[in-house]
Amino acid sequence: MLLLIQYTLIFASVLILVALGGCYSEHSGVINLGLEGIMVMGALGGALAMRYLPISIPGFFYILLVLLFAIIVGVAYSALLAVAAINFKADQTIVGTALNMLGTAAATVIVKAINTARNPHDVSSIIQYIEPKKKFIVKMGAFEFNWFMLITLIVLGCAWFVLYKTKFGLRLMACGEHPQAADSVGINVLKMRWAGVMISGGLGGLGGVCYILAGVSEWRFEYGVAGFGFLALAVMIFGQWKPTKIALAALMFGFFRALSNTYFGFGFLTALNLPSTFYNMMPYIISIIVLALTSKNSKAPKAEGIPYDKGQR
Amino acid sequence: MSKEKTNFFKKPGVQSLIASLICIILGLLIAFVVLLIINPASAFSSIMNIIKNFFWFKSPVSRLKYFGETLVKTVPLLMCALAVLFSYKVGLFNIGTPGQYCAGIVAALYAGLKWQLGWIPCMLLAMIAGALLASIVGVLKAYLNVNEVISGIMLNWICLYFTNATLTAVKNPSSKDTLSLASTNKSALLPTLGLDQLFKDKYVTIAIPIAIIIAVLIMIILDKTKFGYELKATGINKNAAKYCGMMEKRNIIVTLVISGALAGLGAAFYYLTDFEQWAVTSSTVPAMGFNGIAATFLGGLNPIGTIFSSYFITHITAGGAFVDLTKYSSQITDLISALIIYLCGFVLFMKTVMNNIIRRNETKRTGKYENFKQDGGKN
Repeated sequence: MLLLIQYTLIFASVLILVALGGCYSEHSGVINLGLEGIMVMGALGGALAMRYLPISIPGFFYILLVLLFAIIVGVAYSALLAVAAINFKADQTIVGTALNMLGTAAATVIVKAINTARNPHDVSSIIQYIEPKKKFIVKMGAFEFNWFMLITLIVLGCAWFVLYKTKFGLRLMACGEHPQAADSVGINVLKMRWAGVMISGGLGGLGGVCYILAGVSEWRFEYGVAGFGFLALAVMIFGQWKPTKIALAALMFGFFRALSNTYFGFGFLTALNLPSTFYNMMPYIISIIVLALTSKNSKAPKAEGIPYDKGQR
Repeated sequence: MSKEKTNFFKKPGVQSLIASLICIILGLLIAFVVLLIINPASAFSSIMNIIKNFFWFKSPVSRLKYFGETLVKTVPLLMCALAVLFSYKVGLFNIGTPGQYCAGIVAALYAGLKWQLGWIPCMLLAMIAGALLASIVGVLKAYLNVNEVISGIMLNWICLYFTNATLTAVKNPSSKDTLSLASTNKSALLPTLGLDQLFKDKYVTIAIPIAIIIAVLIMIILDKTKFGYELKATGINKNAAKYCGMMEKRNIIVTLVISGALAGLGAAFYYLTDFEQWAVTSSTVPAMGFNGIAATFLGGLNPIGTIFSSYFITHITAGGAFVDLTKYSSQITDLISALIIYLCGFVLFMKTVMNNIIRRNETKRTGKYENFKQDGGKN
């Protein structure tokens, strides 16, 4: 039971971080389908930081540095989306898809190159981080508290505050609803959209490193992040683009994802004798059902996905 | 209207071709830089090996054989690309193609290995499986307004787990792959019609000519029939199509069903040659579907162009096996195709630039303002 709660919280943290990223990007008017790729790149940044940072750095600064690297890589990578979608008015769906493929391919090539350079016989795409991982975890009896749970809570609070209570957040949302109107009162739409995409890059990167630290202590980069970027988008839609609702939706999705890791610990679930495949499919099936129920009255930002054209009415 | 000779570079087809070539060259160039950074010593020979692929072999016989195998691998990619293209023309981005391809695999292999059916029923079942899976996306989109990209991705994962679980029943006990069709049920293998003799390769089957015929058919359906026109009209403006009396909901579903059937058929065309078996421990959906997206856009959204772009992508992917694997990873070719899709996002911009250059030159030459007006606003 404790294990289920632990996994639910950590997977929910990943989903909240990434979905908030998607939320910022979409409120600014850019659909970020590349979150999956951004997560992989952020995870790569964090994993490389964990490999090369000396383990002797005190815990707090160590965590901070790893997070910083993940965020920087995520932001840099999301700039590829921003420049194509905002400045060159490219189709956001195509560019997002390209970023997803590019993320996994690039991460694999980079990690393999690093591994092979160190040892010519090592052609794997695995990075290990057994020792660094311990810094992220505090044992409370049987429960493993992960610092990411706290980080997510802080980020969630900030995201809500910035979006609804600051000039920046309100302006950002205006750019996603009616960019022409926003422009007419002197808001630089392109700049705001860049900000939205970069924030989503940072949060996506953070979510990526959180994901690879959730269960295992090594990561094979060929696997990408198993559709988590898209699950996060489903969470965002279910959460109606609102941070608080996103958090609740993420907890639900996290719960179903956690079940696939822990169902064998429950007598009545194993008694049902369902194949493990069923539990693996669960989060994806749930997300389709949820989308089917909620998409009809979607509260999506009105101008999302449409490149900003000054001349349009 | 005065009779004017249209500028060669003004033709949309020519512009698409130029844009695609720019994407290819830039993609290869960036990959070359990546190789240079990893290890400068053999970067050039490796990128040349990717481009050369089967020309790497010295003997003409081996070259022909591996050319045949590249064609075998092109077929499923072409079918996936056509699936993506067909739905994209109707304004739907069918990113569920890998899942539909997977559904085709599970249907074809299960029917062939477990039920011992012949190749025609296997093929039909694969088509139906792909179409069924895609119809879910279509119904969700048409009636419940669910974003087809997200539902497609979710179905990809569901289908992957389903495929792994189902095909475990026909697994080779000594490996992680499914049983080979050649040893269990020869009747499920696609007929070759002597093509295998031509290429000296037993995997070359009628799938290759059929796939090309299907590409041509798709072009005819989209460009020359009322049905295709209605579908495209729905894609451009759903509400206008509804207003004109077209059944827009039906059109969305029909489009995705056809798209899914194409992907499923592609799976049958590949797995019923026995060239490859399905590994039941697969942790990702086959890259075929995603590469199909690359082929679609690289082919300038034209079915005939897609034939060539599919071949090109398969060619360099196969060429990835010939890079110096002690220094680089073969995923470098995945990197190239991902880069190409990314660059395809800029095609619109490239065409605008091309048109601007043409117009500027024309105004300079003729001094006429008309040329400006004629094309203004377009592109």
